[in-house]
Amino acid sequence: MSVLSNTTALLGKELRTEFRSRELLTTTIVFILIVLVLFSFTFDPTAGESRRFGPGLLWLAFLFAASLMLQPCFLRELNNDTLSALRLSVSDPFAIFLAKLTANTIFLLLTELLLLPIFAILYNIPIAAVFGQLVLVFFLGSLGVATAGTALSAISAQARMRELMLPLLLLPLLTPVLVASTEVTIGLLDRQPFVQWKGVGFLAVFDIVFLTALWIFGEYLLEE
Amino acid sequence: MWRRLIGGLAVLALVGAAAYASFYIAPEERTMGLVQRIFYLHAACGLTMFTGFFICFCSNIAYVFWRNPKSDALAVSAAEVGLVFSTVNLVTGPIWAHPAWGIWWTWDARLTSAFVLWLLYIAYLLLRTLVEEPERRALLSALFGIFAFLDVPLVYGSIRWWRTQHPQPVLMGGAGSGLEPTMLKVFFFSILAMHALMVLLLVDRYGLEKMRGEAEIVRRELEAA
Repeated sequence: MSVLSNTTALLGKELRTEFRSRELLTTTIVFILIVLVLFSFTFDPTAGESRRFGPGLLWLAFLFAASLMLQPCFLRELNNDTLSALRLSVSDPFAIFLAKLTANTIFLLLTELLLLPIFAILYNIPIAAVFGQLVLVFFLGSLGVATAGTALSAISAQARMRELMLPLLLLPLLTPVLVASTEVTIGLLDRQPFVQWKGVGFLAVFDIVFLTALWIFGEYLLEE
Repeated sequence: MWRRLIGGLAVLALVGAAAYASFYIAPEERTMGLVQRIFYLHAACGLTMFTGFFICFCSNIAYVFWRNPKSDALAVSAAEVGLVFSTVNLVTGPIWAHPAWGIWWTWDARLTSAFVLWLLYIAYLLLRTLVEEPERRALLSALFGIFAFLDVPLVYGSIRWWRTQHPQPVLMGGAGSGLEPTMLKVFFFSILAMHALMVLLLVDRYGLEKMRGEAEIVRRELEAA
């Protein structure tokens, strides 16, 4: 059980670091809010149009925000040279990834759940009836984004032009998440809401594939 | 030198023969006519691109586990050559689509996943230019290559299930699909010719990459001395 105990300890560290300053969360929330407002100028935000375009735009905003939010994930460790210490302190490097991706999933999910009601109000789409299902979709989607994103932020942190590199590597890789989660969200925000279980299953498959890949190849990402 | 010349001429002859076959031997398609003949180049390039990226993926895995610089050289060569075929595939697609469907592009599963694949491998090559140290560059790009290749079936699946408004694939598309026998023969011949061209380019590019690696080592030794 040492991986699990290592992970919980590291997760505590990640959460403490963030909740002390709340830098990441506040900037990401403001960023998404700006994007949501700017979106309203790109199409006529009537109820019908919003139902059609809203979910896609919302997910796109989350993906862009995630590609910014995940930047400091490993950069912080590299700048302060704490990565070696981290590596020495755990028995399995996967624990580092597991802690970071869990923290990132929590941060993403928190921002999404905070912004979802604002989106609903701004674009006149009622969400109260399907809130539970929406949380499920947003959880699976965020887990996928955080898993792939954490892995790639470990890569981009070691490259030049890293601020540009992460979105460049991450966004095309997240195409399946964008497609599936947008489709499920469109179904949920429909006038007669329905759950596309195929999409939910697909998101779960994406998460499992990338979690497994990270479990196998994670240790090589952190080599010195 | 002679080996390269003979190899080059043989591949040239093969590609020429495939072009001849697709213009003069394959029968004319009933509805699309002449335009359909670009299929032999277009689809063959698509499959060759896939072979290239698959070689890249295998070399990436080999590099991660065994750390042989040769695997890295093969991976980058295969990615570049695959990208060339991918580009031909993406350019010939709209040329065919415009007369056949009346539009240059549609966001169909194969088109879109080919495009996303192209973007992923562009990102792979870009990443390589942004990491200085050779071993780190090889390892990081190998890991990204693995993630990118794992993503391919997911991209295809997601788009095929939700975003396609376009007929079934011609080959292996289910009941009612398939090619006329002569067309099929010409198609397989084109695939063979394109693969031969790929191997030729790959061998050349691999040799260049190995020389680059050796030059890099010499340069470092000189700098250290």
